Amino acid sequence: MKIVLKNGTVVNPAVKSTEKTSVVIEDGIVTAITKDPDLTDAKVINAEKLFVAPGFIDMHVHFRDPGFEYKEDIFSGLEAAAAGGFTAVCTMPNTNPAADNVETVRYMLERAGKANGVKLYPVAAATKGLKGESLAPIGELAEGGAVAISDDGRPIQNTDLLKRVMEYASTFDMMYVSHSEDLYLAENAQMNEGYYSTVYGMTGNPVVGEASQIARDCMMAEYLKLPIHIAHVSAALSVDILRFFKNRGAQITAETAPHYLTLTDQALGSFDTNTKINPPLRSEADRQAVIEALKDGTIDAIATDHAPHHKREKEVEFNSAPCGIVGLETAIPLTMKLYHNKTLTIERIVELFTAGYKIMKRQGGKIEVGAPADITVIDPDYQWIIDKNMFRSKSSNTPFHGFHVKGSVYMTIVDGKIVYSRDF
Amino acid sequence: MKHLLGIENLNKDQIMNILETAVHFNELNQRLIKKAPTLKGRTIINFFAEPSTRTRTSFEVAEKRLSADTYNIAVSGSAIQKGETLADTVLNLQAMGPDALVIRHSVSGIPQLLADIMDCSIINAGDGFREHPTQALLDAYTIWQKLGGFEGLKVALIGDIYHSRVARSNIYLLTKMGAHVSIAGPGTMIPKEVEKMGVTVEKLPKYAIQDADVVMMLRVQNERASNLLYPDVREYSRYFMLTPELLKLAKKDALVMHPGPANRGVEIDDVVMDGEQSVILQQVSNGVNVRMAVLYLLLGGSDK
Repeated sequence: MKIVLKNGTVVNPAVKSTEKTSVVIEDGIVTAITKDPDLTDAKVINAEKLFVAPGFIDMHVHFRDPGFEYKEDIFSGLEAAAAGGFTAVCTMPNTNPAADNVETVRYMLERAGKANGVKLYPVAAATKGLKGESLAPIGELAEGGAVAISDDGRPIQNTDLLKRVMEYASTFDMMYVSHSEDLYLAENAQMNEGYYSTVYGMTGNPVVGEASQIARDCMMAEYLKLPIHIAHVSAALSVDILRFFKNRGAQITAETAPHYLTLTDQALGSFDTNTKINPPLRSEADRQAVIEALKDGTIDAIATDHAPHHKREKEVEFNSAPCGIVGLETAIPLTMKLYHNKTLTIERIVELFTAGYKIMKRQGGKIEVGAPADITVIDPDYQWIIDKNMFRSKSSNTPFHGFHVKGSVYMTIVDGKIVYSRDF
Repeated sequence: MKHLLGIENLNKDQIMNILETAVHFNELNQRLIKKAPTLKGRTIINFFAEPSTRTRTSFEVAEKRLSADTYNIAVSGSAIQKGETLADTVLNLQAMGPDALVIRHSVSGIPQLLADIMDCSIINAGDGFREHPTQALLDAYTIWQKLGGFEGLKVALIGDIYHSRVARSNIYLLTKMGAHVSIAGPGTMIPKEVEKMGVTVEKLPKYAIQDADVVMMLRVQNERASNLLYPDVREYSRYFMLTPELLKLAKKDALVMHPGPANRGVEIDDVVMDGEQSVILQQVSNGVNVRMAVLYLLLGGSDK
């Protein structure tokens, strides 16, 4: 099948190009980028008012398959990804069983192969059972198709073990993705520690718990001369530490999530369990610093930390509710706010949503002739209201229900196949 | 006013209205027959999801003196432990058709959540560390009764501010009414950025108590020592217990208050607790007056 994305604004920061042109897709491959496309037998999509970008990758999602398929399975997760404009995702290993064995990794890839086509790259466990006690079989996990390792959600507290994980993983060119958090400081915590935790009467999780562990993890990466990726950065102090180590030349990459760009700890005053997230929503100064870090490159990527939980798990007392919100289907509209208020250029936004390919050493992130046609099409001016009941995800745990937003995913194309289309 | 969820959202006039209404019930409560027909036929559920003797009894006395039909539900721990979601618990309570629900819960924010879902009036009898509005109102009533006003008063609030809903409600109320609040306690018990609530933060009680008109002590929960809040009772009492010597730093005839239940010999010395300046038992009596006033203002008057 032939598709022509006609006369759109093709945003292709990997080759430093933004221009009004058309993209021709045939048999899953980009066959031409031209102002004068041959429309014969083609499905023509008028992209006049749209941004045509390389397919986005969300390098941090939790699909609950295997083990918690009632929250999300690989099929629903990949549908949500398509609807959110993502052509690839990296799944975190905290499933049941955890992705600490090659059978589970193979199971995930096999299921993804039967889904809608959106690419799934499993991040496997760094330690057995995510327990932070002994090394997972990282070599075999890599051989089975895992793209990185992480104990996301269960950060490695033992610094000696962290060192061994990174050293051992380097044998197989596997990078450690760090959820950096001091679990002692996080005990019983419901939200960020600060004025609002005082006023709302909740136990706080101080910024220090995140920043101190990011410092430790960056030091280890620098010392070992190995790459590390820091997940879901939420705080100003964390950003300063990242900047410090990046300036020293350490091989550090980092991501943040759209909710840290949008909300602050003041939002916890709703006592809505959908504001309970880890790392927690921080202060306004933190939010500003994280946005600044996106601008100056200290933070490389936006990932969602998509964390589906069933309604009945969230409709409980705040202290009993699990952390996390779904993010795949709200990431682009929330981030486009920074485009509309002129904080970020569309080129930078595309970079932030495609940086994951390079970080995870995957092919993608560029529209080029001869490459697989993974394309995200954005309608920047479309105004709509986020409705959690419309999500493709099995879960609807979001604090953004009812938000008025400007900018939406118009179409998602993977290997030349339209996996999501807003209008038809 | 339909609910009483906290002091945070009340204004000065609303607070004074409650205190002035409580005066009438104070008079009633001096009589031999302490009963008014005001809430006859109205249903009030006292839902206490956390142990409480004093507050629950005080509410029940207040409700019965106003002739309401009252029902007590006490659950230990949350319903979730029995597999019921909070939403289901709420809908079950709603199905019983109460006019008001008095709620005590260990999790901050639960009263507001109930108010969002249920039709009836919600009265917060203490939620997590967040607020305990009727306690602050009865404390205010006691101060008002004894000292005649709030403007310019210095109130020292000593002890575990971090875990105290009483402290937060009192800080809101007293600062709104023009009093100055000085807090003191071990650093582990002072919540972050609490000064933004308009209080002065001192370290040791002797600084907070200096020239105070009111010294309000907070309960130390002995079991919290295991949470690394303080080394042991011996050290706590050495630095943070209200002794006669410490009290001398306050104004002559300063009021000594405590929301109870007090740990004698831990945060308050026996001599002070039983001394002439102590108004601790009057606080308890005033609790009934104030809670009657709140119930009357929320439920009295009309059908709706």
